[in-house]
Amino acid sequence: MTDPQRAPDPEDELLLEVRGAVKTFPGVRALSDMRLDLRAGEVLALVGENGAGKSTLMKVLTGVHRPDTGEFRYLGRPLRVSGPLDAARQGLAIIHQELNLIPALTVAQNIFLRRENPAAGLFTRPRDLESRTKDLLERLGMDLDPSARAEDLTVAQQQMVEIAKALSFDARVLVMDEPTAALNETEAGALHTLIRDFVTPRTGVVFISHRMEELRGLADRVQVIRDGDYVDDFPMAGATLDEVVTKMVGRPVTTGRARAPRDAQSDREDRPVLLSVEHLRSEPLVRDVSFELREGEILGFAGLMGAGRTETARALIGSLPRQGGEVRLRGRPVAFRSPAQAARAGIGYLPEDRKRLGLMLESSVLANMELSSLGSRFQRAGLVRRADARRAAEEQASALRIRTPHLEQPIKNLSGGNQQKAVIGRWLMRESDVLIFDEPTRGIDVGAKEEIHSLLEDLAAQGRSLIVISSELPEVLRLAHRVVVMAEGRVAGVLDAGDADPESVMRLAAVEEAPGHPRAADPDPAPERGRTDASATTEGHR
Amino acid sequence: MSTLAASPTREESGTGRPRGPRRVRLQQLLAAGTLVLIFLAFSIASPSIFPTWGNIVTILYSTVVIGLLALGATFVITTAGIDLSVGTGMALCAVMSGMFIVNWGIPVPLGIVLAILFGGLIGLINGVSVAILDLPPFIATLAMMMVASGLALVISGAAPIYFEDPSYMGFSTGTIIPSIPNAVLVLALAAVIAAVLMSRTLLGRYATAIGSHQEAAELAGVAVRKWLMIVYIVGGLFTGLAGVMISARLGSAQPATGMGYELDAIAAVVIGGTSLSGGRGTIVGTVIGALIISVLTNGLQILSILQEWQDVLLGAVILVAVFIDRLRRRAERTA
Repeated sequence: MTDPQRAPDPEDELLLEVRGAVKTFPGVRALSDMRLDLRAGEVLALVGENGAGKSTLMKVLTGVHRPDTGEFRYLGRPLRVSGPLDAARQGLAIIHQELNLIPALTVAQNIFLRRENPAAGLFTRPRDLESRTKDLLERLGMDLDPSARAEDLTVAQQQMVEIAKALSFDARVLVMDEPTAALNETEAGALHTLIRDFVTPRTGVVFISHRMEELRGLADRVQVIRDGDYVDDFPMAGATLDEVVTKMVGRPVTTGRARAPRDAQSDREDRPVLLSVEHLRSEPLVRDVSFELREGEILGFAGLMGAGRTETARALIGSLPRQGGEVRLRGRPVAFRSPAQAARAGIGYLPEDRKRLGLMLESSVLANMELSSLGSRFQRAGLVRRADARRAAEEQASALRIRTPHLEQPIKNLSGGNQQKAVIGRWLMRESDVLIFDEPTRGIDVGAKEEIHSLLEDLAAQGRSLIVISSELPEVLRLAHRVVVMAEGRVAGVLDAGDADPESVMRLAAVEEAPGHPRAADPDPAPERGRTDASATTEGHR
Repeated sequence: MSTLAASPTREESGTGRPRGPRRVRLQQLLAAGTLVLIFLAFSIASPSIFPTWGNIVTILYSTVVIGLLALGATFVITTAGIDLSVGTGMALCAVMSGMFIVNWGIPVPLGIVLAILFGGLIGLINGVSVAILDLPPFIATLAMMMVASGLALVISGAAPIYFEDPSYMGFSTGTIIPSIPNAVLVLALAAVIAAVLMSRTLLGRYATAIGSHQEAAELAGVAVRKWLMIVYIVGGLFTGLAGVMISARLGSAQPATGMGYELDAIAAVVIGGTSLSGGRGTIVGTVIGALIISVLTNGLQILSILQEWQDVLLGAVILVAVFIDRLRRRAERTA
C-alpha cells in the first residue's frame, strides 16, 4: 500500500522502528543486523524460515531478551520496556505462538491477570472483572463465556482470549506470532477479520505466519528475514508467493501443486482395502464415522476444529475408549485397547502436537527415534541391541535428511521440521503399514514442509497407507487421493481428489459454526441448521 | 550443522561418539567428585581412623540397606513416580522373612526368596494403584507405607523376631571373599543387575520414556500401564532384598523400624543425579549418592559430631546437589 521509500507523511507515521539489532546467544547469532519498520495503518507480514529470528525479535521488543546492540524506536521515542506487561501497558502487545493462558483461571482472570483491581487492594472483585471482560468480548464480537476456565476452551478459543487480552490494553501495535497455526480455515478467516478491524490510521500489526496463502488477503507489506538478517520488504500486492518463498529460503521453490494429475485413480480403486472403519463411535466428539483405507492410498481428513478428526484417529488406535462400531484390518476385526496394541498390528499414530504429545523433548534424537521399535526389532534375550538400534536410526535419519550433528543431540535443539522428521522416522523404523499423520506440518517452515509432503507421497508410492489429518486445506488437497470431510463427529462426505477443492470441502465441513467462532466474522451460517450457540459452547467445555 | 548423510564415517568409526546423555554423565561426575572431596576432607580431619581399610568396609557395609532401597527407587523415580513405601515395606519384608523362616520353619534359602517375592507383591499392589487405578504415586505409596507399617506390627505381634539359624546372618555378615562382608557383595551384584536393567533392557528405556513424557510414550506404542507395573514390582523386589539384608545384619526382624529409610533412599537417588521429575535415571549415580550419605554419616560420627548436626549437614548436601543440578539445567536451556 505504500512506497518502500519512506515519506515523511504524517499518515505514514512510523509506529515501530528497529535498526541494526543484534542479539547473540551462546553459540548462536539469533539476530545479526535486523531492521524493521511498521507504519501506522498497515499490516506487515514478517516471514522467514524457522530459526530466522522472528521469535527473538519479538522477545527483544517486549523486553524478554535484552539486545546486544541496536536502535529501537516506538512511537518516535526510544523504546524502553521492562517486560511483556510493561510493553503491553505502553500499547505494544504481543501474542506469542505458544498460548500463555493459565489453565485453571477463567477467561476474565486471564485477561486481567496482574491488573485485577484498578483500585489496588488485596481482594479481587470477580463480578467486576467479568463484566469488564464481557464488554471487551462484545466489543470484539467474540462469543466467549468470561467465567469459562481456560483449560476448557479449544485452541481457537484460547487464541481469541489471547487476542482479547492484547486488545484490552488499547494497543497501538499488535504483534502476532503465527496466530493461525493452530486454527482451521474458517477460524483463521475470522481472525483475519478481527485484525482488519483492529487496523486504523493510528495502529499497526506485525503478522508472523508460515501460511503463505493467507498473507495475500491480509498483509499490506511483507518483510522477509533470513538467518537473523533483514532480506527485503515489498508491497504484498504484486508479489507472488513463489517470489516470497524464494527470498525466504534463498533458493527457488515452487509452492504450487507439484503432483501429476491423478490418472491412477481407477487403478487405485482396484487395490485391496487395508483398513475399514464402520460406525465408529467415541462420544462426545466421534459420533458415527465410517471410511475405508486402501493400500498405497493417502486418505485426507478435513474438517473444522472440533469436528472429531483427531478423536477418530485416537479412538481407532485405542487411546480413546470406543463405544461402538467395527474396525477391520485386512478383513479381520480388531479392537485396540491401547496404542501399543495398534502399533503391534502395524498402525502408527503421529500426534498433532509434536511438542506436547509426540516428543520426549529432553531426550536425544536417538531415544526419540528408537522408542517405537525397541521392543519389536531391537531386543534379544531381554537385552536391547543398542548398536543395531543406533544403526537403524542413523540410516533412517540420513534417509529422511534429518539435520543434526549427531543422534545424541537433545531433540529440543532441532528445528520443528527436523523434529517432525524424527517422529516420522520413529514409525518408519517400526515398519508400520498404516500411518496416521495428525497435522504433519503444523508450525514447520515451507522448505521442510515440502520435504515432508514429498516424503509422504513416497511412502504411499511404496505401498504404505496413510491417513493425513490437516487443518490446512491446501495440504489435504495436495496430498490426498481421497478426502474424508468430517463435521460434528460424522463423515459429512468423501471426495475424490478430482472433485475436491476448497469450496466443496468447506461446504461439507461448515455445517455449523465452529466453537468459539466470533459472530462478527461468521462467513455464511448454514441455513438448514440454525446456529446453536449453546451446543457450540458446551462442546468446547467438554 | 551437517546432515548425517554427509558424515558416513561416523557409522564406521564408532569412536568419539558421546555415550550416554551428556547431562547424566555430568551430574555423575559431579556426584563422584563430591564423594571424593568428602572422603579426602574426612581423611585429613581424621587420618588415623577414617581412611583405614576397616573403616572403608564399615562404610560400605552401612551403605547396603539404603543402597538397595535406592536402587529400586531409581526405577520408580525415573518414571516420574515416587515410592514412599520402601522403608516400612522393608520392615514388613523382614518380618515376613522371620515368619517364613523362624515361625514356619521354611528353609533359609527358600525363606529369603519368599521374603524378596513378598516385596514384589507390595510393589505389585503399588503398581496396580498407580498404573491401573491411576492414583498419584505419592498417595498410593503413602497409603502403602502406612499399611506396611501396621501390618509389620500386627503380624509380628509388635515384637522382634529373632533368627536362630546362623546361615541367615551369614547372608549379611559372612565373608565369601576375605574381609568383605557378603552384604557388600549382594549390594554390588544388585547394583550391576540394576545397571543392566536400566541401560540395556526395555525396562530402563521405557521407564525413562514414561518419566520423560508418559503420553508421548503411550502414543509411540509403549504399553505404559504394563511397564509401570513392572517398575513398581522391581522396586518392591529390591525392597524385599533390603528387608532380608537388614534382618540378617541385626539377626532379628524389627517390625517398628523402617520409617524414614524411604527418604534416605530418595535422597541418595536425587544426589546421584536422577531427576525427581522423571525421564532421567542413573544407577551409577544412585550408588554414588548412597555412598555419599554413608561416608558423611560415618565421618561425622568419627569426628564425634552430634547426630542432630549430621542431619543438618545431610539436608544441606541434598539442597546443594539439587540446586547445582538446577543451575546446570538452566544454563543448558539458555545455551
